[in-house]
Amino acid sequence: MSAETPTASKTVEALPPPTERYSVVRWLHKNLFSTWYNTLLTIVMLVLAVLAARSVLEWALIQARWEVITVNLRLFMVGQYPTDALWRIWACVALLAFLIGMSWGIWGRMQRGGAIAFGALPFVLAIITSDELSRLALVITGVAGIVGYALSWRWGAALQRVSIIGWILYFPLLFVLVSGFGADDSVLPPVPTNLWGGLLLTLLLTIVGIVFSFPLGVLLALGRQSNLPVISWLCVIYIELIRGVPFISVLFMAQLMLPLFLPGITIDRVVRAMAGVVIFSAAYLAENVRGGLQSIPRGQYEAARALGLNSWKMMLLIILPQALRAVIPILVGQFIALFKDTSLVVIVGLLDLMGIAKTVLAQPDFLGLQAEVYTFVAFVYGVFCYLMSAFSQRLEAKLHAGR
Amino acid sequence: MEAPPRPSSPLRLNRAFWRDERFIRIAVQILFLALVVWIGSVALRNMLTSLRQQGLVLGFDFLNSGAGFDISDALIAYSSSDTFARALQVGLLNTILVSLLGIVLSTILGIVVGVARLSSNWLVSRMAWVFVEIMRNVPLLVLLVFIYTAFFLKLPRARQAVSVGPVYLSNRGVAIPWGEPTDTWSLYVFILAGALIAGVLVGFAMRWWQERSGRPRPLVWPSLLTIAGIATVGWIALPQPPLTLSYPEIAGFNFQGGRVLSPEFMALLIGLVIYTAGFIGEVVRAGIQAVPKGQVEAARALGLSPLLTLRLVVFPQALRLIIPPITNQYLNLTKNSTLAVAIGYPDLFAVSGTIINQTGRAVEMIAVVMAVYLTLSLITSLIMNWYNRRVRLVER
Repeated sequence: MSAETPTASKTVEALPPPTERYSVVRWLHKNLFSTWYNTLLTIVMLVLAVLAARSVLEWALIQARWEVITVNLRLFMVGQYPTDALWRIWACVALLAFLIGMSWGIWGRMQRGGAIAFGALPFVLAIITSDELSRLALVITGVAGIVGYALSWRWGAALQRVSIIGWILYFPLLFVLVSGFGADDSVLPPVPTNLWGGLLLTLLLTIVGIVFSFPLGVLLALGRQSNLPVISWLCVIYIELIRGVPFISVLFMAQLMLPLFLPGITIDRVVRAMAGVVIFSAAYLAENVRGGLQSIPRGQYEAARALGLNSWKMMLLIILPQALRAVIPILVGQFIALFKDTSLVVIVGLLDLMGIAKTVLAQPDFLGLQAEVYTFVAFVYGVFCYLMSAFSQRLEAKLHAGR
Repeated sequence: MEAPPRPSSPLRLNRAFWRDERFIRIAVQILFLALVVWIGSVALRNMLTSLRQQGLVLGFDFLNSGAGFDISDALIAYSSSDTFARALQVGLLNTILVSLLGIVLSTILGIVVGVARLSSNWLVSRMAWVFVEIMRNVPLLVLLVFIYTAFFLKLPRARQAVSVGPVYLSNRGVAIPWGEPTDTWSLYVFILAGALIAGVLVGFAMRWWQERSGRPRPLVWPSLLTIAGIATVGWIALPQPPLTLSYPEIAGFNFQGGRVLSPEFMALLIGLVIYTAGFIGEVVRAGIQAVPKGQVEAARALGLSPLLTLRLVVFPQALRLIIPPITNQYLNLTKNSTLAVAIGYPDLFAVSGTIINQTGRAVEMIAVVMAVYLTLSLITSLIMNWYNRRVRLVER
């Protein structure tokens, strides 16, 4: 950094220490065979790894009957969502690709390799797939992503606000598109929630959980920090109560007791599960946000007061932006945990990815293929979690660089 | 929000009382409390009305009526003619068993994984990394169901059980050798208790000696030796050995002798242990890495061997950073044990689920479950906080 600032007397920067360069043999010696016990460990581990890899590969490439996945792929992705309404899901996916492409062009210019890999993904999938309709949709998705990227590459700075507004509008739009509205013969006929399923339901539960529990969590954290004893005590009770009990018990409570609390109103199962997710997740988010609030030095409060800001403005304009920024990586970690936790809704009978896996395994053609089905489910969860955590690490690096 | 108090003006202003900050503070709190109480009371009234329409009255009397369902894994005597309360006790004991075993085993495995992640051996650290990444990116439920349905239920039937030494693996579960108590067992329990007390006394004596002489004395070994010595002498001195090992044998469609651990129990335990070990591994790694490198270099410069450096310098310092997050993992493990319901192991939550299905007493059972888990969480965090205080840095 300091090298770029022009100063009268240029100081010579100390060069970084030379990195060690090894030949292959030196590397092997240093990292694998440095001592006798290291050598022993390497050999034992190598044998174990080879044996494990061989049996896994043998199973995955030869024995496994993957047709259970390919035949039921649509079920895994969207559950029993009606076929003539599938275009809405594809529209959401294409729009998402457009937004990701645009944001990538604006904020992630450095990671060009990742962008190419990500942009090529829909086209690769389009080549693999056998279904004509999905191929068309995937190509549209890929093109949307590339258009977004190209636009932002050209007019990056001007599009910043557009893309932020786009992201904010995306989530309500997603819900309108997926659930539909009006009568059965309108442009977007409603799709009852019992037809939502698979990955679609898992993602929707996660998104609702994030979007609604975030403001609730921030409010709870502020309440806990409040100097009004009644408010802070009620918030503490809520947070500690929810954090002390298992997630399924909260889901069960939402599923069984919400109808008792609100008689006369029929709340369908998916919405009840969403309520459970939000109730649970808000308590954990509140604790994370509190960590951020506690990291703000007292001087910031005093300075805000000295500028004549009232409590609300002080919180909204000075404290929260800094506090939230400090805990963004932790929040992403919390969202990953939430995404994984949504798999528990299968226990209250919803057909999310795990629920669909169960129904697929009940098909007479595919009895006894638990290993294949659950490996696939684990793979889908793993890919999403890995992408989220990679994103959060990038973000963290970027935030630190700004300091 | 720690807002500094507003400096009071030297002039006494004649303000209306509703603009007085003290009044506003109290009014806001009363309003908030009233809102919460109002929402709560409406919810409660609605709940009582709808329960009355279903013909149910809140209360725990139903717990004394007959359960009428069987529980496969019971640590205490239980039959379907016992009460619901007894069934809940069985579930609670199962939860405690799985949680305790899980905590101990996942700590051991987690430390191994965490140290392996930092190994200078490239292959070892890479393999530990792969293990941690898989555990952290796959939901526990998927892991548990995978282990249960794709491994334990796919094992051969008892007749063709896979034998690993004296242990048999089959879809009936894992049969292991087990000690059968004989007539002298109850006497031996007293001898063991005596050995434990003697061991603790020896430990205290050694510490007292160390403090008096001012020289380092062995503290742990003498007490362990005392316990082992008394236990061995007691075992030999008794006319009949207190335990006889019984080995499992295949008899017809099932096993005889030994002890059969059900596939549900094994799947739950293994799933919880490896999942939590992935997280504990990361905690341990972060804790060790947080110890400044200068500490290691200083210890080596003082002539401590690598092992002593790890034991006396790195580990005690890392422990302080590790304990709070590891406590969280223990709490998570206890709460995650409720996923037993997905694979049919009768823990507290699964048993209460069955009771809800049979009696429709959702409100009471959810209250019981939440109270029990809150208590368990509280006990765990109390113990860990006590331990944390003990290892905390003593500052001037």
